[in-house]
Amino acid sequence: MDEKLFEYAPAPESRSVVDIKPAYGLFIDGEWVDGSGEDRNKTIDPSNEEPLAEIAVATAEDVDRAVAAARRAHEKVWGPMPGRERAKYLYRIARIIQERSRELAVLESIDNGKPIRESRDVDVPLVAAHFFYYAGWADKLGHAGFGANPRSLGVAGQVIPWNFPLMMLAWKIAPALATGNTVVLKPAETTPLTALLFAEICQQAELPNGVVNIVTGAGGTGRLLVGHDGIDKVAFTGSTEVGKEIARAVAGTRKRLTLELGGKAANIVFDDAPLDQAVEGIVNAIFFNQGHVCCAGSRLLVQESVAGELLDRLKRRMATLRVGDPLDKNTDIGAINSGEQLAKIRELADSGEDEGAERWSPPCELPQRGFWFAPTVFTGVAQSHRIAREEIFGPVLSVLTFRTPDEAIEKANNTPYGLSAGVWTEKGSRILWAAERLRAGVVWANTFNKFDPASPFGGYKESGFGREGGRHGLEAYLDV
Amino acid sequence: MSERLSVRKTYKLYIGGAFPRSESGRSYVVNDAKGRFLANASQASRKDVRDAVVAARKAFGGWSSRTPYNRGQILYRVAEMLEGRRTQFVDELRAGGAAKTAASAEVDAAIDRWVWYAGWADKIGAVAGNANPVAGPFFNLSTPEPSGVVGIVAPDSALLGLVSVVAPAIVTGNTAVVVASEPAPLPAITLAEVLATSDLPGGVVNLLTGRRAELAPWLASHMDVNAIDLAGVSEEAVTDLEKAAADNLKRVLRPGIGDWSAEPGTDRMTAFLETKTVWHPVGV
Repeated sequence: MDEKLFEYAPAPESRSVVDIKPAYGLFIDGEWVDGSGEDRNKTIDPSNEEPLAEIAVATAEDVDRAVAAARRAHEKVWGPMPGRERAKYLYRIARIIQERSRELAVLESIDNGKPIRESRDVDVPLVAAHFFYYAGWADKLGHAGFGANPRSLGVAGQVIPWNFPLMMLAWKIAPALATGNTVVLKPAETTPLTALLFAEICQQAELPNGVVNIVTGAGGTGRLLVGHDGIDKVAFTGSTEVGKEIARAVAGTRKRLTLELGGKAANIVFDDAPLDQAVEGIVNAIFFNQGHVCCAGSRLLVQESVAGELLDRLKRRMATLRVGDPLDKNTDIGAINSGEQLAKIRELADSGEDEGAERWSPPCELPQRGFWFAPTVFTGVAQSHRIAREEIFGPVLSVLTFRTPDEAIEKANNTPYGLSAGVWTEKGSRILWAAERLRAGVVWANTFNKFDPASPFGGYKESGFGREGGRHGLEAYLDV
Repeated sequence: MSERLSVRKTYKLYIGGAFPRSESGRSYVVNDAKGRFLANASQASRKDVRDAVVAARKAFGGWSSRTPYNRGQILYRVAEMLEGRRTQFVDELRAGGAAKTAASAEVDAAIDRWVWYAGWADKIGAVAGNANPVAGPFFNLSTPEPSGVVGIVAPDSALLGLVSVVAPAIVTGNTAVVVASEPAPLPAITLAEVLATSDLPGGVVNLLTGRRAELAPWLASHMDVNAIDLAGVSEEAVTDLEKAAADNLKRVLRPGIGDWSAEPGTDRMTAFLETKTVWHPVGV
């Protein structure tokens, strides 16, 4: 059983569908402009470290221009526009995303390192669905439960992470535009390409100038945007550490704030759970997107009586995971997004060993170039270990055990985070009992890592506040 | 016959269902509108804030798992007790400078507001929750849940304002640590006596009197407080308190326009609610 059951021939998706330019400027007021500064970032393909393009680093002057363009668009065009017209623009965008889905998926996998199977089957379809969903709200806001005639906030400054570059863009831009706001969005410095392609999609959709502005750069540009006096709303997805910095930066202003931050989700397996299904769920919970997922099920809590059996099955399953070329359609686990992230994962995994947990990875050959980390499981983990407390944001699972349901809940909630949780049991009343007690914004029962534009997503405690998705997601962009 | 000497009340704090003095042994003088001595109010300390947070955390599990119907009945009982002490509240507001008709009107409004919020206990879930029509074979339900321990810096509106910030926080299952109005703290302690005799479990509401500037920063920075209502905070103090609240990402309700007689919406409840979404596959 230790050997792979099948050898697959490589089945790479063609890169020819994408056209990456050598350099990109900023997208402000409906057109491409050069950044006012000299500084450039390089974005690279994390699977082979080849440079992909040079990216402008937006300066204070550039952010000013983008915010001013967004303000004009809000006052003159987008704010006054009837909701039914805004809706049609968003429907257009959703359709163009569907039309260009192959191109977006390949570009996302190249820039981010995630397997094409995921970018093609999860990310891009959810992006189109998100625009389609919020398009329909644009002319129905009076029925959403936020008053008869809820108003937009104005200009939203949005900063998004590198783990789901285009999907996070959709989660930010679609509800903001549907509710009549205009946006200035900063993509992550390691994954700007799909956001820049999205700017082109806005042009194809003939979205009025200034409604969507994309400014690229690193943390410095993000700080300029978040701290800008001309914005009314800040929406951020990323680490809890940066989330706190942003909360301090908006303190004392009238800016609205929503934060979607880190997590250390417990995935609880009770002794009556269907073990094979649970194993699939555990794999999906922690190895989906290389574990670069804020809601990843990174702490497996398994009832002691089935722990041995479950871990055997989990290890057998892990041995069949294919790690390698993100563009290969057979790949399960792609590249780690950056050298910096890889170093962080290594450091935390090493701390697991140092603190006494037992480390295991299946035999797997990693490519020579690029950033790679084998799927890893730690057993014998104590709650005090760093790998049980800190977000690793990589394909590393920490396994703890429990004896009673109360102990499972106690351990699950023993974290400053509260984004998500999983429960595996055949007993319906136990699912609902556990779901009631878990202090987390999303509880997946007998499933994990499911997302839908109609379903609110967001955290408790230090995982942030506000919800994205569903009717709830409108509130973050309305003056209520 | 000589005039009978009245028995005065000692105004203490209200923590965990008991009425302790400040552990600091401090008090401050509360005068009436004409500057005459009314009472010595307890001047709570940092330690009292921390004790109150411990009491509120301890009460949270039980209070939040009561059925909404039960919470609604207990809050309604509070309104009944308020009504029974109507005269005492009117007298206290008058001693604070309110005219007779205004004091009467404020007490009436405070009781009615409490009744209004009591009825929300088993309705907010229907209004703030949602059945989500996802594109797949999944049951998907969002329900509101209380944020946890809420710190409240109450406004100067000694009774109506106080009631308007406390009731919405606790009706949904949160527990609260409340810093009462600094110049007019006495009705808050009388309210505590009402709460203590209304089947409200000890620790659900904890009331502190003292210096806002001293107590609010400890409440805002406390790592076991989940949310903070800055209703009674002056504009210049907001920035520092919001910064302190960011240490553990408290939900922050900023000061509003402060017209407590206006009809409230659901905002003061939803500010301290989390949305939990549960997924389960559908199949045979």
